[in-house]
Amino acid sequence: MSADAAPRPAPGGRRPFFRRRKSCPFAGPNAPVIDYKDTKLLQRFVSERGKIVPSRITAVSSKKQRELSRAIKRARFLALLPYIVK
Amino acid sequence: MPYYENVFIARQDVSAAQVDGLADGFAEIVTGGGGKVHRREYWGLKTLSYRIKKNRKGHYVLFNIEAAPDVLHEMERQMRLNEDVLRHLTIRTDDLPEGPSAVMQGRGERERAHRDGDDRSGRSERPSRGKKDDGGRK
Repeated sequence: MSADAAPRPAPGGRRPFFRRRKSCPFAGPNAPVIDYKDTKLLQRFVSERGKIVPSRITAVSSKKQRELSRAIKRARFLALLPYIVK
Repeated sequence: MPYYENVFIARQDVSAAQVDGLADGFAEIVTGGGGKVHRREYWGLKTLSYRIKKNRKGHYVLFNIEAAPDVLHEMERQMRLNEDVLRHLTIRTDDLPEGPSAVMQGRGERERAHRDGDDRSGRSERPSRGKKDDGGRK
């Protein structure tokens, strides 16, 4: 009984940490094309340390995230992006 | 014939004219083998994100090529042999891109922003920066 009440706040009521689901930045008709040469675009999906930001934070769809990580890795190979920032 | 995109980085000590000659040589291999160079871009001497063979900078050249695989193989072999080439990357593409690549476009915009003054560039900068901040916080 008590265990039942504990985990979730009143059903139907406003949850305090509700966030609107963001849509994928690469979806839609005028979305940017993922290109390993476009460092300005790729930079937005890389942390300050140079790591790829997870898609749960950037809301990129999994298909586009794969494409994106491929592009970032290509850019890193060509020294357009750093592997790591110290 | 398939399309390829090739980027190579030349050493910082070679001059821009020498890089041009180098690129000419590679383009000749392609055309000599019955291929075609559809686009060729020289991105200039760019700062590398990390050091490659003690180089901090490098000359970037981009090719968009339509050629048979064995011709491209030969070109890649020559790139590997050449001491002035620090690194090269070849990617097969489905189609030929139109217009200049993102690197050249970015440069064009920057020049335009300089010319127009800061009010327009400031406005276009803000939304993207806001999005980035949003993503970082969550």
